[in-house]
Amino acid sequence: MTSVQPDPSAEPLIRVDRLCKIYSLESGVNGTVNSQVLYDVNLNINRGEFVAIMGHSGSGKSTLMNLLGCLDTPSSGHYWLAGRDVASLSEDELASVRNHNLGFVFQGFNLLKRMTALDNVATPLLYAGVSRAESRQRAQELLQQTGLGKFSEYQPNQLSGGQQQRVAISRALVNNPQLILADEPTGNLDTQTSGEIMGVFERLNREKGITIVLVTHEDDIAAYASRLVRLKDGRVIHDSKVGP
Amino acid sequence: MNLLAIIGEALRALRLNRLRTGLTMLGMIIGVAAVVLMLSIGQGAQATVNQAIASMGSNLFIVLPGATSSGAMRQTSGSVQTLTLGDAQAVASLPSIKAVAPIITGTAQLNFGANNWSTVVTGVTPDYFRVRNWSTEDGEVFTDTDFRSAARVVVLGQVTAKNLFGDEDPTGKTIRIKKSPFTVTGVLAAKGQSLDGRDQDDSVFIPLTTGQRQIFGSQFPGTIRFMMVQGKSPEVMEGAESEINQLLRQRHRLAEGTDSDFTVRNMAALAAVATGAAKVMSLMLGAIASVSLLVGGIGIMNIMLVSVTERTREIGIRMAIGANRRAILTQFLLEALVICILGGLAGVALGIGGAWAVSRAADMVVVITLGMVGLAFFFASAVGIFFGFYPAKKAASLRPVEALRYE
Repeated sequence: MTSVQPDPSAEPLIRVDRLCKIYSLESGVNGTVNSQVLYDVNLNINRGEFVAIMGHSGSGKSTLMNLLGCLDTPSSGHYWLAGRDVASLSEDELASVRNHNLGFVFQGFNLLKRMTALDNVATPLLYAGVSRAESRQRAQELLQQTGLGKFSEYQPNQLSGGQQQRVAISRALVNNPQLILADEPTGNLDTQTSGEIMGVFERLNREKGITIVLVTHEDDIAAYASRLVRLKDGRVIHDSKVGP
Repeated sequence: MNLLAIIGEALRALRLNRLRTGLTMLGMIIGVAAVVLMLSIGQGAQATVNQAIASMGSNLFIVLPGATSSGAMRQTSGSVQTLTLGDAQAVASLPSIKAVAPIITGTAQLNFGANNWSTVVTGVTPDYFRVRNWSTEDGEVFTDTDFRSAARVVVLGQVTAKNLFGDEDPTGKTIRIKKSPFTVTGVLAAKGQSLDGRDQDDSVFIPLTTGQRQIFGSQFPGTIRFMMVQGKSPEVMEGAESEINQLLRQRHRLAEGTDSDFTVRNMAALAAVATGAAKVMSLMLGAIASVSLLVGGIGIMNIMLVSVTERTREIGIRMAIGANRRAILTQFLLEALVICILGGLAGVALGIGGAWAVSRAADMVVVITLGMVGLAFFFASAVGIFFGFYPAKKAASLRPVEALRYE
């Protein structure tokens, strides 16, 4: 008897099944207080999609993002990333998934301080075991592609917000991930720079087929995506194709 | 992430906080320097003692006239006043005894040409040089024939030779001791200080018989000042001691129950006590110094804990971009270790410098061995790993989502 292997291309990149997240808060008077942030979230995202997740603050969109990014573990439910059940992975395997399969772009850029742009971009490669010379070379190529070639020896605090976010995107791309998770990537940027950064995401999605999941609460930013998911009070209340 | 890259990261992180790193390192530097300095002083003391013991000769007894337990003048009728050459010969015939060196001493003025020098003149048998394990650097010691014929020959200690002859070769020359001419047969090798701090090289040796008859004179011909007795092996020493006691009591016709009119001192036992004392001192110094190493280690732990808290967000970012727990642990552990190793290196240098200064200023013997430096270094690293582990573990067990959110 031969087991039937699922076709990896048919399997969605992200499959979330009845995902719940409950935070237990220690309270002096009442013992522990449980606060549920996500209720039975179901979500499938296919390769090559550009998804915007929207919702007010407290809607659970950041919590969902952390779960999708393997930075946090769900209280119940299942999450398959590229066919792998994330709940079954060890801490070190999760680190490896974050390193190889995912790229993060944060609102606050989250670059390592007092480290050059080049070293920032090269760091994930070092964690992947790539040699220093090769890491730096690949990082330099990526910075060149994002138009920051001559800023490679600058430290984050010497760069503008837009430049810092480009460095962060380069860092997210350096290990050729299938998925980029962007948590309000334009939240700290002015309108014009926001447009430029979103342009970068759009190109990555269209030209390289990288799946992008974006959290935002701005409609004009969400408009760059091809699919819109709305969260409210920890539940998905809207999921539709949009855009061109 | 390979180790070299992590070490690079660690060095970079330490450079960012130079003052803090420097102060933490200072704790380590002082600790390691103290250990190296104290060990070198302790080892120096041990070496001094060991050298003095070795220069004395091995398996030695010293037999002195007079009892230590009571007044030296207590006499019973029929006993001899002092030890005699006959006593020495009798002791030499005991089966457990290898050699006996009877000794008489006195001070005398020596002349060679226009130079004169006052020193201890020791009358000995040729056996003395064997017992003391003392060879000549130039020429020979006098012979049994010289001893029997009470020849006017002399063997010079290094210091005496230098003072009388300067750069000249003394062998074969004639010096005057108390105006009598003596032919120099040889110059002894340098021996250094004795256990009681005398310079053993400032001395001359003549045949015992010559001394008795021509230099010192004596109201009791045939008496000696004391004798050195060498046992055949370390194992027979205890038995030999009682044999000597028995034999001499018999020869001195001492009745049962009376005090002996001589004392037998086992130099091996004395040496063991001296060595033991030096060892204990060495250990104590080392133990005291280790305390400062420990304090330095606690300083490192303290700073690493502060550092981990300060850099929580950095740790979160590193985890988000793929650092596993081991990478974080290694990074922080290496930071602690780099402080310790650099501090250790500087500490070793400072310790060696300090030891040199001490030996110059206090005229003490200090000994620095590679093993000692290695030990200090090893302990510094051990302290680094021990005290660096907890903060590093704390860093590595942070949850990524919480570390990222940390402001």
